[in-house]
Amino acid sequence: MGQRILIVEDSPTMRQLLVFALRRLKDVEIVEAHDGMDGLRKVSSDHFDLALIDINMPVMDGLKLISLIRGDENLSSIPIVVITTEGATEDRERALSLGANEYLTKPIQANLVLSVVKGLMKPA
Amino acid sequence: MSDERNELFSRGEEFLQIFKRGADFTRELLVENQRLRTSLASLEDEQNAAARSPEEWEKYRGELTSRLEHLEAEYETVRVRLHQVEEENQQFAERYLEIEEENNNLANLYVASYQLHSTLDLDEVVKIIVEIVINLVGAEIFAVYLLDGNSGELGVAAHEGADPEEFPSCAEGKGVLGQALESAEPTCWDPTQETNLDRPIVCIPLVVQNRPIGLISIFGLLQQKDGFSALDHELFTVLGGHAATALFAARLYSQSERKLNTIQGFIDLLTK
Repeated sequence: MGQRILIVEDSPTMRQLLVFALRRLKDVEIVEAHDGMDGLRKVSSDHFDLALIDINMPVMDGLKLISLIRGDENLSSIPIVVITTEGATEDRERALSLGANEYLTKPIQANLVLSVVKGLMKPA
Repeated sequence: MSDERNELFSRGEEFLQIFKRGADFTRELLVENQRLRTSLASLEDEQNAAARSPEEWEKYRGELTSRLEHLEAEYETVRVRLHQVEEENQQFAERYLEIEEENNNLANLYVASYQLHSTLDLDEVVKIIVEIVINLVGAEIFAVYLLDGNSGELGVAAHEGADPEEFPSCAEGKGVLGQALESAEPTCWDPTQETNLDRPIVCIPLVVQNRPIGLISIFGLLQQKDGFSALDHELFTVLGGHAATALFAARLYSQSERKLNTIQGFIDLLTK
């Protein structure tokens, strides 16, 4: 059975770019969510092996989504990678303290995203 | 009495036979021992003769030297080949990294142009330009200027990092922005300079068929971005061309939509 990755990102450009990068992983299904609320709905209703989450999003931001995921015992073990424009140390620390496993800043390097995702996903 | 004597004779005869067989076996062993001694002595003689012979010695030495040279040559060939393989390996690794980077760059450019042409809605196109400038280029403070079809002036259509009135005005040929617009080519300045809204670090004229229709002007980069890569320059070129045509197409589409609605209104009036 393949693994599933959820991309929660409001920018269609970034979503497409991330899908492009993650398609190089074998047996991985990619699901897209266009804001935090959509992401919460999708992550709660299905199984995911990893979530890539943007911080600045409409309806519900990424930090709120991370804290909700970590607060739910059924979802708390999902590895979370934050991908954001916010490069300040305090933003990074805040996201990591809320439970994000990795923090990557934009503009992204596809190789870096891939290696981080590979490192966090358990073997199928 | 005679029976006892006969039995003694018979037993004596048996012992005599056993001794005879023992004597024969001992003789055979002595003969074999002599044969082996002779053979060993002969072998020792041969070896001693070979060791004493200079020709034999030379022959052995020659054979060993030749074998040694052959092994040394083989070692050298293997060493050279190993070095070549290591170099090839290094080249492959470098090429792999280059291809990976090229792949990444192409993905960025593809996504940028794909997104720019994914809609005919003018506001959507502007939004996509903003997304590309933030997410793909890594700009923090910038403005997108668009030419007003009626007034012929460039106004701020989208902005990030500052209020619209803080951005400098842009008129063709006037000031840094105007001159950059006139050049019709993306222009870059020192990206590490301190943020100043009078001094852009990048100006990307949006030009369709030699007619400027707008300008993207970047004044500051995200804090994690310390300069421009080759990909950034490619993105500036893509933005200059594709964003301009996408904006132009969206404007034409909205104008044709408006005209179509007007005509439809007239037709409806006439037919009612």
